[in-house]
Amino acid sequence: MFSKEELLRYNRHIIMPDFGIAAQEKLKKARVLVIGAGGLGSPLLLYLAAAGVGHIGIVDGDVVEDSNLHRQVLFGVDELGMAKVEAAKKRLLSLNPYIEVVVHETQFTSANAMDIASDYDVIADGTDNFPTRYLVNDVCVLLDKPNVYASIYQFEGHVSVFNYVNERGERGPNYRDLYPNPPEAGTVPNCAEAGVLGVLPGIIGSLQALEVIKVLTHVGEPLSGRFYTFDALSFESRTFKLKRDPANPLNGDNPSLSELIDYDQFCGIKKAAEGTKEVTAEEFQDWQENGTEMQIIDVREPSEFELVNIGGTLIPLSEILENSDKIDRQKKVVFICKSGVRSVRAIEVLEENRGFDNLYNLKGGLINLILEADLDLPTY
Amino acid sequence: MATVIIPTPLRKFTSNASKITISGNTVEEVIQNLNAAYPDLRKHIQDNSGTIRPFINIFVGEDDIRTLDSHHTVVNDNSHISIIPAIAGGNAL
Repeated sequence: MFSKEELLRYNRHIIMPDFGIAAQEKLKKARVLVIGAGGLGSPLLLYLAAAGVGHIGIVDGDVVEDSNLHRQVLFGVDELGMAKVEAAKKRLLSLNPYIEVVVHETQFTSANAMDIASDYDVIADGTDNFPTRYLVNDVCVLLDKPNVYASIYQFEGHVSVFNYVNERGERGPNYRDLYPNPPEAGTVPNCAEAGVLGVLPGIIGSLQALEVIKVLTHVGEPLSGRFYTFDALSFESRTFKLKRDPANPLNGDNPSLSELIDYDQFCGIKKAAEGTKEVTAEEFQDWQENGTEMQIIDVREPSEFELVNIGGTLIPLSEILENSDKIDRQKKVVFICKSGVRSVRAIEVLEENRGFDNLYNLKGGLINLILEADLDLPTY
Repeated sequence: MATVIIPTPLRKFTSNASKITISGNTVEEVIQNLNAAYPDLRKHIQDNSGTIRPFINIFVGEDDIRTLDSHHTVVNDNSHISIIPAIAGGNAL
């Protein structure tokens, strides 16, 4: 199965008594889909390729940006502006020419997920948002594939192996057993603050690679039915026990979900800000240019505001109700955030609780405005 | 006094404390006393009716309280109560 060059390449694996040529062959035959070529995907992909996983698929629709490079060690300045999947493929094949890399240059969505994932043995979730987390989980349960999960936030990392069937045929818990419902969009710190310590995904993504390799080779005990947390600030890690929940809508006692759903809606992210008045970047500029009377409320966090702002009044989403007296009731009030999600939430909260009817959401948020209007301001 | 482990995303509501020792004979009492000491924390852990939010898990030692006696789970001075919220990644919306 292996060429002389491959036997030399994988020698340090093969000489380990508990690993050996048998485990290396399992890696070579394996098909792994990595969803997200970002902070977690970088070490994950590098180690899977280096270890000799024979068929690696990568899903990501983004391009490499400079602000990625503090943590996404798969890329360098030469790849700025390039599709992440293409840059990743180039890097992985230069690391290991004995493997095959297939790229899916797209976001992972309900429309394409089953088609893409059906071709793989193991799925590794390195995404960065709740809708895709639930989507990946549901795809894995519906297609009966293990989901090697890792997630990070600022200084904290989580790892688990979901939907894993052990040698006794017992199926482990999945993400919905752990978290039956997502946080409402924009209501918890997860969405309201950006940021992650660059080295953290390096640590957590490497642990994710470890678990993918264990699942593929059946060497060791995969982290199924267990949930690992790492706190980089205190350097404390904990492992908790997980159990299946009889109320799980996918595979509990009375399953009610047998196909994929609209995960943005499930996570409370409204597509076109239904019921909320909105203003496009172009209209907003017209208002500015023709001197339309308006107030601008920026609902992001102070650190984001400091980084870039267009001179609005800063009231973070979590403090919006307490500060509603600062919001004008006569003129148009335009709400802005990074991408237009938190600002919709702020408007909903104010309309429901304070009866405002003069609030407009800046569609696509500040980032879209900067790009559309070609403003000389940084994006993040 | 049980020890409550506060995850990094919620530490801004506990004056950056990562571990808090607090009295209470059950998880419910400990959470009530914790909320009394740090009022801003409450809405991130419970809804208006006092139910633990579905994207927050509470563990006593290694065990999810949903597999023990839920919020009535008895705790003692040696108990470590961990609050684990769902996290999804580094991108803000």
